[in-house]
Amino acid sequence: MSEKEFDYYLKGEKGEYEVVIGLEVHAQVLSDAKLFSSSATKFGSEPNSQVSLVDAAMPGMLPVINKFCVEQAVKTGLGLNAKINTFSKFDRKNYFYADLPQGYQISQFKHPIVGEGKVILDMPYGTKEVGIERLHLEQDAGKSIHDQDPKNSFVDLNRSGIALMEIVSKPDLRSPGEVGEYIKKLRSIMRYLNTCDGNMEQGSLRADVNVSVRKKGSKEFGTRCEIKNVNSIKFMQQAIDYEARRQIELIEEGNEVDQETRLFDTKKQETRSMRSKEDAHDYRYFPDPDLLPLRLEDSYIEDLKKGLPELPDHKKQRLISEFKLSNYEASVIISDQAVSTYYEEVAKNSDYKLASTWLMGELFATLNKEGKDITESPVSAVNLAKMINLIKDGTISGKIAKTVFEEMIKNDVDPSKIVEDKGLKQTSDPKEIENIVDKVLETNQDKVEQYKSGKDKLFGFFVGQVMKEMKGKGNPQMINDILKNKLK
Amino acid sequence: MTEIYQLTLYDLIEKIKSKEISCEEATKSYVDRAKKSQKLNCFIEETFDQALDKAKNQSGKIDTSKKLFGAPFAVKDLFCTKGIQTTASSKMLEGFKPEYESTVTSKLWDEGANLLGKLNCDEYAMGSSNETSYFGNVINPYRNDKDLVPGGSSGGSASAVAAHLTSATVGTDTGGSIRQPASFTGTVGLKPTYGRCSRWGIVAFASSLDQAGPMTKDVRDASLLMEVISGHDNKDSTSAQIKQEVFSQKLTKDIKGLKIGIPKEYKIDGMSKEIIDLWDKGIEIVKSSGCEIKEISLPHTKYALPAYYIIAPAEASSNLARYDGVRYGFRAEGKDLIEMYENTRSLGFGDEVKRRILIGTYVLSSGYYDAYYLKAQKVRRLIKNDFDQAFKSVDTILTPTTPSAAFAIGENVDDPISMYLNDVLTVPVNLAGLPAISIPAGYDQNNLPLGLQLIGKSFDEQTVLNNAYAIEQSINFKPNFKDWWM
Repeated sequence: MSEKEFDYYLKGEKGEYEVVIGLEVHAQVLSDAKLFSSSATKFGSEPNSQVSLVDAAMPGMLPVINKFCVEQAVKTGLGLNAKINTFSKFDRKNYFYADLPQGYQISQFKHPIVGEGKVILDMPYGTKEVGIERLHLEQDAGKSIHDQDPKNSFVDLNRSGIALMEIVSKPDLRSPGEVGEYIKKLRSIMRYLNTCDGNMEQGSLRADVNVSVRKKGSKEFGTRCEIKNVNSIKFMQQAIDYEARRQIELIEEGNEVDQETRLFDTKKQETRSMRSKEDAHDYRYFPDPDLLPLRLEDSYIEDLKKGLPELPDHKKQRLISEFKLSNYEASVIISDQAVSTYYEEVAKNSDYKLASTWLMGELFATLNKEGKDITESPVSAVNLAKMINLIKDGTISGKIAKTVFEEMIKNDVDPSKIVEDKGLKQTSDPKEIENIVDKVLETNQDKVEQYKSGKDKLFGFFVGQVMKEMKGKGNPQMINDILKNKLK
Repeated sequence: MTEIYQLTLYDLIEKIKSKEISCEEATKSYVDRAKKSQKLNCFIEETFDQALDKAKNQSGKIDTSKKLFGAPFAVKDLFCTKGIQTTASSKMLEGFKPEYESTVTSKLWDEGANLLGKLNCDEYAMGSSNETSYFGNVINPYRNDKDLVPGGSSGGSASAVAAHLTSATVGTDTGGSIRQPASFTGTVGLKPTYGRCSRWGIVAFASSLDQAGPMTKDVRDASLLMEVISGHDNKDSTSAQIKQEVFSQKLTKDIKGLKIGIPKEYKIDGMSKEIIDLWDKGIEIVKSSGCEIKEISLPHTKYALPAYYIIAPAEASSNLARYDGVRYGFRAEGKDLIEMYENTRSLGFGDEVKRRILIGTYVLSSGYYDAYYLKAQKVRRLIKNDFDQAFKSVDTILTPTTPSAAFAIGENVDDPISMYLNDVLTVPVNLAGLPAISIPAGYDQNNLPLGLQLIGKSFDEQTVLNNAYAIEQSINFKPNFKDWWM
C-alpha cells in the first residue's frame, strides 16, 4: 500500500495553517445502575421513571459510589494504556440549572481515577499516536425539555446521576480525519471492553471539541475555542472545519481569536458563541465531603488487567501474523469486535484467506443490503466455515458457492444439505470429464485446428463449452488439466 | 412525688418493662406537659395523637428486648421523618413531608420509641441561640429577669429535655449544636466521633462536620441512647466500619488512673471567674476520683473558629444549592428560571442562612479558594494533629463547654461575631472529628446552669461517658427552675 502524506493544511491569504484539536469525550459507562445510586439507566424509558431519592437530591440523601462503575473506568484506563491512580477524589462542580438537582455535579477535578495514556490511530499516512491526558468519572445531568409547551419547560431526571467517563485527549489531533479515527478507536476499545456501548445516536458518546489554528510550522498554540457537546463524528468534523476557517479568517483580518465556548448549529453548519471567557462559570470546585477518597489496591488493578479481553491493536497484529491478513483486511475485521469474533470462528474452522474474502465480500454486501450487523447475520459462522470447506475439498466450485450462499441467506442450514438437495455437487470424475471434453473437441474440430495453429485464446472457449455441458458443476481445475492434455 | 416525666429515660423504660407504668401513661404524661408548655415554642410539629395511639397499642405487648420500649421521643426537626413534616426550621421546607425516615430515627423506632413531634432548631442548624428559626425562637426553661435563649442549634431539643417535654432526644452537632444548648439548659449532650452515627436522612448543613448525638437528662441515658443510634450504615459513605457497642452496660464511674488533660489555650482572654471556678471544680473532682491531671497544649486552638467559619459555610453553600424551588419545598415564581431561583432563595432562606451561603460561596470562588478554603483545611489538619499529639499522653480532655451561661433573647442577634464566639470551645472538636460530651456542672451567680466538656479519643465514647458519669455522680446536679411558663 502506498503511503500518502498528511495534507490537512488550510490555505489562507497569508499562508497555510495547521489545525490543532483536543477532545473531551463523554462516554456513558455501561452499567445497570447510576454512579451514586441504584436507579436503572435504561435508555428511552418513561420520563422520571428512573429517579431515586438521591438522584432527585432530596434533603439528607447521600451518594454511595457504585463499585462497578469504578471497575469500568479502571478497565477503560487500562485499555487506553493509561496510568491508573490508586488515589483519586470526587469534587463538586457547583452551578445552578433546573436539570441539575443537587446544584452541583459530582466529578473528579484534581485527582482523576486515570492519568496519562495513549491510543494509536491507523492513518493512510502511517500510524499516529494520540496522548490521553486523563480519564475521570462524573455524573450526568438530567434533561431539560423546552419544546413541549409554549410557556413551561420540563425536566426529565432519568439521566441525572448516570456515570460518565470524561476522556480528555492531549492537543495531538490535526485534522477532522484524525478526529474521526480517534473517536472510532476509542469506541472500538470501549466496546471490546464492554465499558461503553458507544451509541452516539443515544448520546452515550459525545464530545467537547477544542480547536485552534496556527501557521504551518509554528510551534506555538493559538487561542482555542471549545465547541460543546457534539454528538456525531460527522458533526465534529464539520464543526472543526468551519471553526478552523473562521479562526483563520479572524487572524488574517488582523483580529484576535477570543477564548470562548461555542455551539455547533447542525442545520446551519456553523459554530456560534455561547459564552465568552469573562462569562465563564466559576464552578467553585471543592472535595465532596460526602465521599471518601477512592483508594485502589494494586492487586485489584492487576486482577482487572488479567481479566481484560484482547484489545483491537493486539488482535490486529495477531490476525496479521496468524492468518496472514493484509494490514487493510485486519483493520477492517478488528474495528468491530463481533466481526473479528465471527471471522476467527470461520477462519479457524476453514481457510483463513477464503474466510476473509467471503466475510468482506459476500457477507458484508448482504449485511449492508439488509441493514443488519454481524450479530444478526443470516449466515452463521459455523455454516460459512462449512461452505468454505466444500470449496476447499472440491465439492463445489467458487461459482457454485455463490448459489449455495444465496440459499444460506434464505435458510441458514448446513451447506452440504443445500448442495445435496439442489444437486450442486461438483463433478470430479476424470472419466466423465474426459468424455465430455472429447465430445466438445469433436463437435468443434475447426476451432481445434485454429487453436493448434496458434489461437491460444480459444482455450477459454473450450472450458466454457465443457462447463456448459456439465451445467457448471465440472471441477474447473480438472477440466483445465484434461483439456490441456488433449490439445497438446 | 416524682412525676413520670421527671424520670430519666433509663428509669422510665425500666418501669415500663416491669409494668409499673404503662406506655400509655408514659406518653400521656409527656403529652400533657408538652401541651402546657407551648410558650417555650419547642415543637414545630406535634404528633401527640399518633403517639398516644401507638402507646395504647404498645401497652399490652411489652417487648423487653427493645431498648427504648415505650419511650416518648421528640426529635430535632433536622431528621427526616417519613410522612411527617420536616422543615429544618426553614420556610424553604415548610410543609415538606419526606417519603423516607433517617437512619438515626429509624433506629429509635426500631427499639420501640414513640415519636412525639419535631423540635425547633436554628434554620438549617445555623445558629447558637435558636433565634434563626423561621418558626420563632425557643425559650430556655431557666430564666432570670428576662427570657433566655436555650442555645443552638439544637435549642428546641435542649429546652424540651430540660423542661421534661420529651424523655430524651437526638440532636445534631456541627460546631457545638448539641453541647452548647445542653450547657445552657442543664442537660447532657454528646457529640459522637464523626462517622459513628449515620448522616443519612439528616438535612445536611456541613457534611464533614455534622454528627447526630444524644441529648438527655443524665449520662446513663446518653450512654443508652448512644448505643441505639450508632452503627455503620451502607447508605452513608462516611459512616465508620466499626462494631456496635453497648455503652450503657459498660458504664462505670470508676475512672481511677485516667489521665486527664487541661488545655492551657482554652483559658481564653476574658473568661469569667465563674467559668474558671467551674473548671477548677471539675479538676478537683476528677483528682479525687484518682485521675491524673496533666496540663496540655493545643497550640492551634485560636485558629479553630475562623477555620470553622470558612469550612462550614463552604460546605453549606453547596449543600443548600438543592433548595432551588424546582422539585420540592418553597417556590416563588419569576419571569424566568434565574428570577425564580433568586426569588425563591431570597424569600425562602433567613438572614443567617443567606449570610453563610454568601461566605461559603466567596471562600470557594476562584482566586479566593487557596487563601480561604484551602488554608482553612490546612488549619483543620493542624488542629487534628494537636489533639493526636495530646492524646498520646492523656485519655480525655476537660474544658468548659461555653464561655458563658445562657444569654437573653435578642442580646447577640445583631452581632454575628459575638454569637459565633459561643462556639469557641466546642468547634475544635468538630474539626478534629472527636467525641465530646457536655454535662451540667453547676450554676452561675444568676442561677443559670453551666456545663463542662469532656473530649475523647476517636471512637472512645466509652471513656468519655465513664469520665462524665463519675463527675456527674460527684456533682449531683439538680435542676432548679420552676415551671414558670405554665
